[in-house]
Amino acid sequence: MGKTIAEKIISAKADKQVTAGEIVEAEVDYVMVNDITGPAAFDEFEKLCTPILNKKVVLIPDHYVPNKDVASAVQAKKMRDFARRHKVRNYFEVGRGGVCHQVMIERGFVAPGRLIVGADSHTCSYGALGAFATGIGSTEAATVFARGALWFKVPESMRFIVDGKLGKFVSGKDIILTIIGDIGVEGARYSSMEVEGSSISALPISDRISISNMGIEAGAKACIVPPDKKVDEYLAGRVQGRYRHVTADKDATYAAVRQYDGRELVPMVAKPFLPSNVAPASEVNVEIDQAYLGSCTNGRIEDLRIAAKIVKGKKIHDGVRMLVVPATKEIFDVAMKEGLLKIFSDAGAYISGPTCGACLGGYMGVLAPGERCVSSTNRNFVGRMGDKSSEVYLASPAVVAASALRGRITDPSEVVR
Amino acid sequence: MKKSFKGRAWTFGDNVDTDQIIPAEFLVTMDNSALAKHAFEKAEPEFSRKVARGDIVVAGRNFGCGSSREHAPRALMGAGVSCVVAQSFARIFFRNSINIGLPVVEAKISASRGDEISVDLEAGVVKNLSTGQTSRFQSYPPFVMMLIEKGGLVPYTQEVLGCRR
Repeated sequence: MGKTIAEKIISAKADKQVTAGEIVEAEVDYVMVNDITGPAAFDEFEKLCTPILNKKVVLIPDHYVPNKDVASAVQAKKMRDFARRHKVRNYFEVGRGGVCHQVMIERGFVAPGRLIVGADSHTCSYGALGAFATGIGSTEAATVFARGALWFKVPESMRFIVDGKLGKFVSGKDIILTIIGDIGVEGARYSSMEVEGSSISALPISDRISISNMGIEAGAKACIVPPDKKVDEYLAGRVQGRYRHVTADKDATYAAVRQYDGRELVPMVAKPFLPSNVAPASEVNVEIDQAYLGSCTNGRIEDLRIAAKIVKGKKIHDGVRMLVVPATKEIFDVAMKEGLLKIFSDAGAYISGPTCGACLGGYMGVLAPGERCVSSTNRNFVGRMGDKSSEVYLASPAVVAASALRGRITDPSEVVR
Repeated sequence: MKKSFKGRAWTFGDNVDTDQIIPAEFLVTMDNSALAKHAFEKAEPEFSRKVARGDIVVAGRNFGCGSSREHAPRALMGAGVSCVVAQSFARIFFRNSINIGLPVVEAKISASRGDEISVDLEAGVVKNLSTGQTSRFQSYPPFVMMLIEKGGLVPYTQEVLGCRR
């Protein structure tokens, strides 16, 4: 019987042939923790009587750095001290790293066929490059520091096929919002999603990352795009170590197969308070107070380029604050070199260095009671970006930029003819 | 880990996300009782003041969706919650709970706030003692039961590594 990508990768890492439903211990290639989930992992690790497997461990402060207050400064310091004490070289200091998932991908930890875990739910982003990657908790991260292995229930897989040429402003974000709207926030619970088709093959890696990133918003354990040449091109000169492509067998068993016509997709928005509450951007006519462009979902250079093209030479609406937060230092530097930061600044946007801050209502863009934000991020739960009466509308960078200009949720084709 | 519980119900609906269980602005500590002060702060403001040791959270589908934050089950443990019964769980919350020793049970039971609930992990039975309703649930797979019996993932890992003499 054929195997899915998830079954093949876990079989290889468990050193035995497994199928969906089995619980096995499998070898992990990398384990990542951030400044919020790291401290608990560090405490638990000290209870384990073994040296750290420091080549497998990646420490990335990003949620509340630069430190938002004394308590977060203490957490960030804990990570820095842990890295020093245990000689973990894969530590990315403020000003040299950025949002953890993008750092993991840029720095070549992620590659096809790898099994990667991270104490952050959006670890599933790495599926965009053909890895099996999933979010875990702090305690289990600590045990991976010690053993380099973890228990996994081999997930069933669901296949999503998107074929056809996408419209001008239709992006990976619109594809995944459409899928989540279709299957719901637990539509892929415990499952591994495999997303493919001609629309997906045509997408740059950046858009594929947006898709895999939000697999968790449908409850998925992993969200994998079968690797292709574009992945190899992206990884050339970046990747750490060697890798090999893992693809599904033709006769693999899927719990469900769903097909979408890429030509019919339009820019989408997920309205409060679930990522599944979607509607076409052209139909969501609400005024906004803030427009946020950034995050592991959509804070890449490709995202900034699309948004900059829309706001270039124009002014952000009087009633709107636009925040632009490149996801990593590398992206920030390229954006600076390409003149994108100047375009945003001239339009009246605020630009900051990389941080997760506002996406989770931490700092650097928290919403007041009743305020609305159109955001390129991944969650719009109650109070996600601030007060419990504030609202988040999830959308692509193009919709965020167009909405920032108009002061209300706007389909980009209204702004760019 | 204890295997049977009795406590008052705190009821919640579907898709209770980790931001509702513990809002992100409080993720600056790992102290369970400090986290407990803000548990359900936006969703159920009375919770942290009125919760009593042994209380049981009863919820609908997809409980604990969202972030991987272990602070969520820790906040509930810190509040004295003995067990969470939900129709279904988001997978990271489920794993985190098992790994740190908070019993979580997938079962469908109707309850109103304050109802007396009992849970028996070995028998696989949840009862609403106030209404008389009984619901059965599938027991954990052997590996998960073993983790629970050993007290969670850290004691298990200590054993695998030979940390204990």
